[in-house]
Amino acid sequence: MRHHLATFTLDNRLYGVDVSRVQEALRLHQRTAVPHAPRTVAGLVNLRGQVVLMVDLRARLGREPYGPDDEPMMVVVKVDGEPVSLLVDQVGDVLELNADQFGPPPPTLEAALRDVVTGVYSMDEGLLLSLDVDLAVRV
Amino acid sequence: MDGMDDIVREFVVESYENLDQLDHDLVALEDQPGSRELLGSVFRTIHTIKGTSGFLAFGVLESLTHVGENLLAQLRDGKRPMTQRTTDVLLKMVDAVREILHTIEVTGSEGDSDWSSVVSDMQAVLDDPTGGPVATPASGAAPPVPGSGPATPAPIVAVKPVAEPDATRAATPAAKRKAPAKPRAKARSPRKSADRKASAAEPMPSPTLSAPVDPEETLEVSEPDVANALHEVGAGSPAPARTDDAPARSAADASIRVDVEVLDALMRHVGELVLARNAMTRLATDLGDASLVRASQRLSLIATELQQGVMKTRMQPIEHVWSKVPRMVRDISAALERHVRLEMIGQDTELDRGLLEAIKDPLTHLIRNAIDHGIEAPAARRAVGKADQGVLTLRAFHQGGQVVVEIGDDGKGIDPKVIAARALERGLRTQAQVAAMSTQDILNLLFLPGFSTAETVTNVSGRGVGMDVVRTKVEAIGGVVDVQSTPGLGTTWRLRIPLTLAIMPALTVRCYGETYAVPQVNLLELLAVDDEQSGVEYVGDAPVYRLRGQLLPLVDLRDVLGTAPREGLVDTVIVVLQADGGRFGLVVDQVLNTEEIVAKPIGAAVKNIGLYAGATLLGDGSVSLILDIPAVARKALDLDLQDAVRASAGELAAAVPKEPMLIVAVGEGRQVAIALGAVTRLERLPASVIEQVSGSAVMQYRGKITPVADLAQLLGDGGTTREEFAVVICTRGDRTVALIANEVVDIVDCDKVDFSDVSGHGLLGSIVVKGRVTELLDLRGAVEAIDASFYDDHESALVGAGSEA
Repeated sequence: MRHHLATFTLDNRLYGVDVSRVQEALRLHQRTAVPHAPRTVAGLVNLRGQVVLMVDLRARLGREPYGPDDEPMMVVVKVDGEPVSLLVDQVGDVLELNADQFGPPPPTLEAALRDVVTGVYSMDEGLLLSLDVDLAVRV
Repeated sequence: MDGMDDIVREFVVESYENLDQLDHDLVALEDQPGSRELLGSVFRTIHTIKGTSGFLAFGVLESLTHVGENLLAQLRDGKRPMTQRTTDVLLKMVDAVREILHTIEVTGSEGDSDWSSVVSDMQAVLDDPTGGPVATPASGAAPPVPGSGPATPAPIVAVKPVAEPDATRAATPAAKRKAPAKPRAKARSPRKSADRKASAAEPMPSPTLSAPVDPEETLEVSEPDVANALHEVGAGSPAPARTDDAPARSAADASIRVDVEVLDALMRHVGELVLARNAMTRLATDLGDASLVRASQRLSLIATELQQGVMKTRMQPIEHVWSKVPRMVRDISAALERHVRLEMIGQDTELDRGLLEAIKDPLTHLIRNAIDHGIEAPAARRAVGKADQGVLTLRAFHQGGQVVVEIGDDGKGIDPKVIAARALERGLRTQAQVAAMSTQDILNLLFLPGFSTAETVTNVSGRGVGMDVVRTKVEAIGGVVDVQSTPGLGTTWRLRIPLTLAIMPALTVRCYGETYAVPQVNLLELLAVDDEQSGVEYVGDAPVYRLRGQLLPLVDLRDVLGTAPREGLVDTVIVVLQADGGRFGLVVDQVLNTEEIVAKPIGAAVKNIGLYAGATLLGDGSVSLILDIPAVARKALDLDLQDAVRASAGELAAAVPKEPMLIVAVGEGRQVAIALGAVTRLERLPASVIEQVSGSAVMQYRGKITPVADLAQLLGDGGTTREEFAVVICTRGDRTVALIANEVVDIVDCDKVDFSDVSGHGLLGSIVVKGRVTELLDLRGAVEAIDASFYDDHESALVGAGSEA
């Protein structure tokens, strides 16, 4: 059983989501701020005529949200058939991993991550944290 | 429905429509039992279904409707009176027919459910001499119908042989059911073409059930609609003489049925077209090429026309949903033993068909609820001096670009105390939370998931699901539901629904670097604020604009959105808006444009903020939030202040501003004036907010413990003993005091020369307001009586105008 994960980095840590949930990865589009929104909402963006919610994944994972000068990238995932854009530092490759590389999340994981990390893949280059897409977009 | 052929599909669709009409007619029949017109209409519907189902080889359906038809024929011909029991079995038959149709729609066949109990019930009514007339031989005379030959008397009598011994020469219906072939053949022989068709279509050599044929059966085949259904009625059949049902069908020729999905797709595309048109218009303007501008203008025009056309195809009167209500009300009230009169007002109010569909369930639930929990049982109504019969009122009308649907009853109302207690019991709210809630907030608890106030669970409502589902469904289509109730007098549930979700005109405005869309349905006018800020005044801290003599409360969009506060109002624009029955001015940085916008869905995260109705794309491709104006109004405005401003509006029209005074009613018919400059806010609060701390009255106001003075007590007039009263809040620095009065009467400008020195304890003098002597409050004295250090720093900022006089 092989797992395919679309990967991206955030504060030099490698994360991955099930590749079948990812629609595309894009440069940052012009975004519209939403006053009074939770801090995890980075705004709204026009994606080929569709208004798409932008989730600041840094804020979601308990870090400082992106500032106006940052140039994050967008990973567009599908949630209930609708696209949602996740803001990440850098988009990486799609990795093919073995099921036996997968393990439960370490107990030492920060609380904010424990909510959304389903488990950890151990690779030669380091660890890959697997995120639950549905939980990650819950703002 | 894939495998179903077109004729069957057509039959199912048409029959559904007819059945809705049938429900309606049958219930109406109970009120006007003798109406031949209604009976005729009911008869024809059933007859049509019977005829077509025979043709399409739906034997069960045919046999079911056949018995119903026999019963109806007798009713129509006045051979038996309409009784409750008759209506019941007929309605049961309608339900059975509906269910069979549904099975046909889904599976293409009738299914194998057993409907014999419905048939036997109907047969029992048919056979029942008490419910029916005495079948004297004379009554067997043929109804005056063309083509009814001498063969008719016999079968008619045969229908109810039990009632009349001398009718036994004909077989009993039961016997006939066993051996239908013989009498059929005899009775039908005079009917030529139609009969042949019917027999040919008969799937079974001996249908399980077939009561004796009466003359109507073949007569009605000649009706145009049946003729259509059968496709080919021989030219020799009786002429389509009956014209009374023609108007009902004439529209059919001029219209076609279109799948709603096609319309939905069409509407979506038109929405996208409008946005593309907007982008195109913008480009053309930017490029400035004359021919491009012309082309884009043409495009614009066509898009608009197309949009209007498509929109029209989707509008339907609310009657469509309401047509099922009379039947529903009848069934529910019968089941619950309530007497209910239904009143429906505004049936022709139109709204988008998708929305119509979406409010069906909430409406059903609210109606059930109104009868079950609202309207009391007759005995209980009598006990409180009401008429036995409760009134359920459905009202629909357009208001401010929305459709309002109200479901009102004159029942027992909702007691907020019961709701609060239930919320506590269910652990939905804490004691402290409930104590701090207004009556309206408490009523809104009804919409929480898992809330049910029914003392006994009935099968009609009260399962603890519902109101939250109602709210979810209404909000899903951009609507709002609220409830108003007076214990003992009744409850009104109000749904406010947008006219259409698709495309709306909007004003685009700028605020702090972002563009927002304001739906134009809310827009009244635009006002530019000049350098002098003329017209802008302050009531306490709250800015108002004097617009043609009326005071308009102002709300700054920057404050609403929580961006950086504004330095001054110079060069801003006031957008005058109408929302929730009131007007207010929204202060924005700049007004950009008007644009047709298409509301795109936004995620729950954004929707839940409660300020945005959705988002849209602008001509430049950027996303813009659509402001939910009613929500903005509710959030930003103190409604009581708004009321006071509104109440005073007429008065202020001609007045020169001198000394604005707040007039409140105190004690027994006294009026007291308070200098408005000293007043920060006006509130309307329940008496329960007052608490006693070491002998002094206090209340919790905006998180602070605030001393309270009862003006009636202060002026030696007993105390204010009301459940709810007006609270005048005065704030100075970080100190706040509250003054209690019965209610706010008005805000007026007074001339100081009106002051007389007739004074009493706590008063400075009297003035005349609208011909009534009004006492002028010694505000400073009143405030110092409850907070001695309120004016300690000796700044005169808050000293009432009266004390200067």
